[in-house]
Amino acid sequence: MPNNKKKKLTPVQQEYQQLAKKREPSRPVFANCLRAFLVGGIICVIGQGIQEMFVHWAGFDEKKASSPTVAVLIILSIVLTSFGIYDKIGQWAGAGSAVPVTGFANSMSSAAIEHRSEGLVYGVGAKMFKIAGPVIVFGTVAAFIIALLHMIFNPDIVGGS
Amino acid sequence: MLKGHQSWIFEKKPVIRAAATVVGPFEGQGPLSNDFDIVHGDLMAGQDSWEKAERTLMEEAGKLAIENAGLTKEQVNFYIGGDLMNQIISTSFAARTLTIPYIGVFGACSTSMESLALAAMIVNSGSAQFALAGACSHNASAEKQFRYPTEYGSQKPPTAQFTVTGAGACVLSQEGQGLHVTSATIGRIVDMGIKDPFNMGAAMAPAAVDTIEAHFRDMQLEPGYYDLIVTGDLSKIGYAIANDLFNKHKFPIEQTQYQDCGMLIYDYQKQQVQAGASGCACSAVVTYGHLLKRMRKGELRRILVVATGALLSPISYQQGESIPCIAHAVSIEGEVEPK
Repeated sequence: MPNNKKKKLTPVQQEYQQLAKKREPSRPVFANCLRAFLVGGIICVIGQGIQEMFVHWAGFDEKKASSPTVAVLIILSIVLTSFGIYDKIGQWAGAGSAVPVTGFANSMSSAAIEHRSEGLVYGVGAKMFKIAGPVIVFGTVAAFIIALLHMIFNPDIVGGS
Repeated sequence: MLKGHQSWIFEKKPVIRAAATVVGPFEGQGPLSNDFDIVHGDLMAGQDSWEKAERTLMEEAGKLAIENAGLTKEQVNFYIGGDLMNQIISTSFAARTLTIPYIGVFGACSTSMESLALAAMIVNSGSAQFALAGACSHNASAEKQFRYPTEYGSQKPPTAQFTVTGAGACVLSQEGQGLHVTSATIGRIVDMGIKDPFNMGAAMAPAAVDTIEAHFRDMQLEPGYYDLIVTGDLSKIGYAIANDLFNKHKFPIEQTQYQDCGMLIYDYQKQQVQAGASGCACSAVVTYGHLLKRMRKGELRRILVVATGALLSPISYQQGESIPCIAHAVSIEGEVEPK
């Protein structure tokens, strides 16, 4: 694939891209991974803390506590997004703040805030899923495929011994 | 008058009668803040959308430039300008407010010098007594249109650039004293196959080099003729590549001082802008604010401003197209007699 792409470029373009590549600072992959690990971990610890609170103080059992926990995390993320803090965390943390449920909430709320100026229907309503939409679509597709595989290979359903 | 292949000499030497710059809060924290006429403390500029804010900046810069020139807007014959928004709405809506006969142009971030070159040509040909040239951009409206919502927490790579919030305008006149627009070189599209919209410096550098070399070829001059050559918004990476290309082509850039507007406007230590600045307003406010002031102080006598533009759209890069780039050069010179 990369070779195929290269073939379309003229020799001058290829030569230039080699020259340009030398000046391009590489992404600090190791530092980014470390930060993502740290921040992602912290968000999960916060989530765990919230869940424990629901279990100990509000009388939820562990399974039932997960829904309100996610809701609280989402609200926290939206508040941070509204105050313009979440994107600053995102620049530092990368995947650490993008992958957890807070990142999903940020992607939806940021789009909703941004497109509020185009009205509630065509702005907020239509553009809210601009970033989160593909996650839902491909999440559903992946879930469908997994369910299919599960059905084929799960002996309980197929009725194997 | 055409000189060489792609350059114009303005033999009547249109005068930069006045200029004005308006910037946002982030630019106001940068090292050039004292050179700008208006620094907004609010990124929204008192409006309720980013687009309206950008338009307001352009209106203010245009009005102030006309005021500084000691004119009324009725006296200005034409307004030539553009911006980064789809259908150049910021400039067109500002032109609606200014009610000056209007020519909208688009050259992405090269619009600042594209509009100045055209305004100079119109004034030089006697087709206008006074012409207004201007360009604007807004960080949040550009992010919204080209990238992600402003509050979205994505991580920008070190090659990314920060779009300048601001607007710059200048009034050219047929007669007067001061700084003259003496020549311009119109660039051609150069596309080196770079596809990454987060690496525009690398995409635009060859276009800048192409136009600069064309300028000196056409004008039969040496780089040493100018006290300063600035490119528009190549930023750190593009600037380094442009220097590499000059070396490779054995172009004697070392005869003069070569800088980049995208590296002047922000403080790399204090402000998180990755590679540097970009946007129509970058070269516009640095030139009309900072550089013209330096020329008026006598620190510089002749400069060549080479505004660079990446002519991509959100659709073109999503469809996997490479980024066509362009650069336009305009030379500005002080009075001929020494002080």
